[in-house]
Amino acid sequence: MKPLRSILNSIKPHFEKGGKLEKFWPVYDGFETFLFVPGHTTHSGAHIRDGIDLKRVMITVVFAMIPALLFGMWNTGYQHYLAQGITDSTHMQNFLFGLVKVMPIVVISYAVGLGVEFLFCIIKKHTINEGFLVSGMLIPLALPADIPLWMVAVATVFAVVIGKEVFGGTGMNILNVALTARAFLFFAYPTMMSGNAVWHADTAFSGKVDAVTGATALGDAASKMPIEEFTSKYSILDSFIGTIPGSIGETSTLACLIGAAILLYTGVASWRVMLSVFAGGYVMGFIFNLFGVNTLMQISPLQHLFLGGFAFGAVFMATDPVTAAQTNTGKYIYGFFVGFFAILIRVFNPAYPEGVMMAILFMNVMAPLIDHYVVQANVSRRLKRVNIKA
Amino acid sequence: MSTTAAEPLFSKKNKKLLSDPLNDNNPITVQVLGICSALAITVQLKQAVVMALSVIAVVACSNVIISLIRNMVPNRVRIIVQLVIVAALVILVDQILKAFVYDVSKQLSVFVGLIITNCIVMGRLEAFALGNKPWPSFLDGIGNGLGYGVILVIVAFFRELLGSGKIWGFKLIPNSFYEAGYFNNGLMILPPMALITVGIIIWVQRSRNNKLIEK
Repeated sequence: MKPLRSILNSIKPHFEKGGKLEKFWPVYDGFETFLFVPGHTTHSGAHIRDGIDLKRVMITVVFAMIPALLFGMWNTGYQHYLAQGITDSTHMQNFLFGLVKVMPIVVISYAVGLGVEFLFCIIKKHTINEGFLVSGMLIPLALPADIPLWMVAVATVFAVVIGKEVFGGTGMNILNVALTARAFLFFAYPTMMSGNAVWHADTAFSGKVDAVTGATALGDAASKMPIEEFTSKYSILDSFIGTIPGSIGETSTLACLIGAAILLYTGVASWRVMLSVFAGGYVMGFIFNLFGVNTLMQISPLQHLFLGGFAFGAVFMATDPVTAAQTNTGKYIYGFFVGFFAILIRVFNPAYPEGVMMAILFMNVMAPLIDHYVVQANVSRRLKRVNIKA
Repeated sequence: MSTTAAEPLFSKKNKKLLSDPLNDNNPITVQVLGICSALAITVQLKQAVVMALSVIAVVACSNVIISLIRNMVPNRVRIIVQLVIVAALVILVDQILKAFVYDVSKQLSVFVGLIITNCIVMGRLEAFALGNKPWPSFLDGIGNGLGYGVILVIVAFFRELLGSGKIWGFKLIPNSFYEAGYFNNGLMILPPMALITVGIIIWVQRSRNNKLIEK
């Protein structure tokens, strides 16, 4: 660590006021605080500074996503070999294939996103915030493995600029940045984001493998596969562990729950949101189950929670502290409706098999309204208690 | 057109009437009027140009007519009078479009008729033509129509280029691009992207134009 510190110290004067590279101070500051605990002190009054800052929070979330990422890599390879009829590929083969497919997406997402962020910080003379550390990992995890890299770059630029920077940067955004990127791709290049062709890396367009029907579980259900066939093709255990086709990080509910445990243990994510998302999804799934007129409605409420990106969205996207509701009561309401709408959209609109994305973005927009009414309710309740003598 | 003998046709004041709406006082990006049609008919450049020309014609003509009769119209019924005149002009424009550019007129469909309710038209009549002479009113109409048209054309240019790879119906992006893995951006064809494009234009304009920078 020491040589690193001395390098930083030796180049510091160039970036400080009056130095040659004064313009790039935000970049330097960003790197310094990333590598070392910042030595800032408060300037006025007595404050207690906690050691945990935005960087530590963000890094915790990134750690929590590692299980989903690793499993996603393995599953990408597994699905690829499965589609080619190879069932005896080793775990290592699966993982390495996935690594080669997934790593470029992660690198592009981080490089482009951080590049845009640095650019804005230099122009607007802000200090660099670490908000993108999490978004940069969420974006690849929410995409299919076969997505062209230039699309990832375009979507990342769009999400960071339109989703975040125009609102004032980290902490000011209304919509979840990673979901903005995904929504952009979903509407801009629908053929690459949904349908049957995209879920198996390298097989879709090579033409070597014919007759690979690579629908996701939800795609199959939406195309009216009978429920008996559906449950035999996608058992509850498979959908829980995640050996089914889907976006890179979303298939494994198990990996998401490991991440959830890390987030809850460290207190980074709100358990109120997480719990109520699952509750909302379960309730809606249960209601549909009572009617059960088509395959999507007949899927058991529990399996609904394991399919698609539901768990991933609930754990990593809905709990985003910036875009979720801020009040405790609001968090329950917000979370419940995310789960509720996710299943509702999934069942009623087969054109959007991934209802979770829509539901979270929609509730992101509604979150300030929920907070407003929660606060107002509290104000009026307390006003009743006081005797105001006019 | 009558104007006071002392004032030349293109005095500084009159030139300003023409140029102001193009930038400092643009009807779309500064006053945020006429957004609805700007989102709806900017998928292709051709539609946008035809629409812009129609709006220019309607605003300019109605401005002149209202300005001519501004002292005769009782204040209480002025809105209805304006509506009758605008509606008559819009029907005229609609018929001309149907006669000469039928296919574009079909694509524009209801939006030609909706020029009647375009806020820019009513706004200019109320704010300018009712209190000014015909010649300045005419210039004001042309200026505002152009200001509307410029934004429409810019938005339509990007939407058609990125959304369908064409300009004015001609394929601009070569096939080799598509073979190399390029895809048209489907979001560009949807109205939300028009809104975002207009937003970006406002952003660029506000950061470059000193008069518009808010403290």
